[in-house]
Amino acid sequence: MAFLKLVNLEQRVGDKSLLKNINLEIAKGEFFVVIGPTGSGKTTLLRLIDLLDSPYSGDIYFNGMNATALKGERIDIRRKMAIVFQKPVVFNGTVFENIAYPLKMRGLKSREIRPPVNSLLDAIGLSGYGKRKARTLSGGEAQRVALARAVISDPELLLLDEPTANLDPLSVKLIEEMVKEFNKSKGVTVVMATHDMQQGQRLASRAGVLMQGELVQVGNTSAIFRSPDSARVAGFVGMQNVYRGRIVASDGGIARVQVDESVIEVVSELEVGKTVDVFVRPEDIVLSLSGSDSSARNKLPGVITAIHITGPLSMVIVDCGIVLEVMVTIKSVEEMGLRIGMNIFCSFKAAAVKVLPVK
Amino acid sequence: MQELWEGLVQAVKLVVSLDPEVVEISVRSLYVSAAAILIAAAICIPIGGLINFHDFRGKRVLINVIQTFYSLPTVVVGLFVFLFVSRSGPLGGINLLFTPGAIIVGQVILIMPILTGMTISALSGVDRSIRDTALGAGATNSQAIWTIIREARFAVAGAMILGFGRAISEVGAAMMLGGNIRGYTRVLTTAISLYTQEGEIALSLALGIILIGIATVISVAVNILLQRY
Repeated sequence: MAFLKLVNLEQRVGDKSLLKNINLEIAKGEFFVVIGPTGSGKTTLLRLIDLLDSPYSGDIYFNGMNATALKGERIDIRRKMAIVFQKPVVFNGTVFENIAYPLKMRGLKSREIRPPVNSLLDAIGLSGYGKRKARTLSGGEAQRVALARAVISDPELLLLDEPTANLDPLSVKLIEEMVKEFNKSKGVTVVMATHDMQQGQRLASRAGVLMQGELVQVGNTSAIFRSPDSARVAGFVGMQNVYRGRIVASDGGIARVQVDESVIEVVSELEVGKTVDVFVRPEDIVLSLSGSDSSARNKLPGVITAIHITGPLSMVIVDCGIVLEVMVTIKSVEEMGLRIGMNIFCSFKAAAVKVLPVK
Repeated sequence: MQELWEGLVQAVKLVVSLDPEVVEISVRSLYVSAAAILIAAAICIPIGGLINFHDFRGKRVLINVIQTFYSLPTVVVGLFVFLFVSRSGPLGGINLLFTPGAIIVGQVILIMPILTGMTISALSGVDRSIRDTALGAGATNSQAIWTIIREARFAVAGAMILGFGRAISEVGAAMMLGGNIRGYTRVLTTAISLYTQEGEIALSLALGIILIGIATVISVAVNILLQRY
């Protein structure tokens, strides 16, 4: 039996549909991420699960119990969950009072509250901050306090709504590690919303892609990342190189796809004449100066039009008739002397191209 | 000018020497208005909470009406309560008129709109996320409401201090309902009014200095609280 089960969940504001046809099962102890762009309904979904809002229609089951049908016992179910919001929220009080809050609401005595709060203060790297006014903390520190406040009540289900968005790297790392540890050692089920596919892959084993209020794909994070089943999902999970074309030739499992003026060879059994979307991940493309040193089937000559440096990696934009985004390390940029206006070859294997027929 | 100066010097002497009559009147003023603000707070903070946390038809209008009553004239309140508690009024039997209790009742009514209205704006100023966080952390509905009131505690305290200031500085209701009876219902404002008419300028000024002193302490306290909030 699924620990958490959502059936035909729909949420509306006025006439506007925020979520529809949400059907999802999450097992006990699972780490599930809800991935989607801003405004896709992730927060709305988490608020429904936490019973903060009531759905327009549909049901939410916890351990087989229909929570949407209950009135009085909602607090009992809610007390088995905890939530961390995107914007760090702290009460106007000390850090200690903030972390102790859920235990206080459950009627625990101060001598029972003190030890767990202190150990959590250590865990979030804020030991000695207990007496500090929580409002004076930085965003990252405040979010760590919010996480400590969420886990102190030993929830069975931890809901995280983009908890690390806009935080400093140290806090992001600390929060991710804590959540992961909490999920692993205590077997707490985690549902986390994020718009960061990489974060989703780092933390979770399974993910659901939420787009415009609908779960468009649910599966293993790596599967979603490697083989998105629609152009929308592909675009979202970082497949920048998405093109629409037509199969012009097919031979022995290798098809030739005409995209504008260029031809790309792909692995596909689809027949000639079909319109398809093809995707190539930026890190699957190799840049070379001569084009002769690669066994890849696709070798497109082009001109570098832009180089964006992001951390240790660079995104090189190459105009080959179609515009390709290529991810390379800073080191290669330097070694190959890449610069704007330079002629270059883009190589990628036929197998690296994901092909989806267009309906 | 000479009179003012002499009065001022004498007034300072009266204050510094803790003149028994000055002390007695001041203490009564403080006690009456403190009682009024505490009673009003006990009534208005829950009412403000009820209004803020419930959505109903005419909520906006109700809040506007409450805000209009911020400037309720003190003599109108005095008259209104007078009609109720005078011997021939509906509550004449309880012999409240011309007692400190009558002044307290008048002042409670006077400051209720301010306290209710400011409680509402204090609570509505608390971010919605506080309520969500409280509920998400396992608070019951009433615990969440209490958490929000606690969040707004400085703003609510500011409202209380303001209400206290209005109560202690009003003269209309105190005069009409208390009757300015020496040693029984005479408070700072009614005393100043009477002594000025009697030409006891020094005593009036002394009481005035104390009243301004109280007002200053109140205003400083409000500012400190609001800054901290």
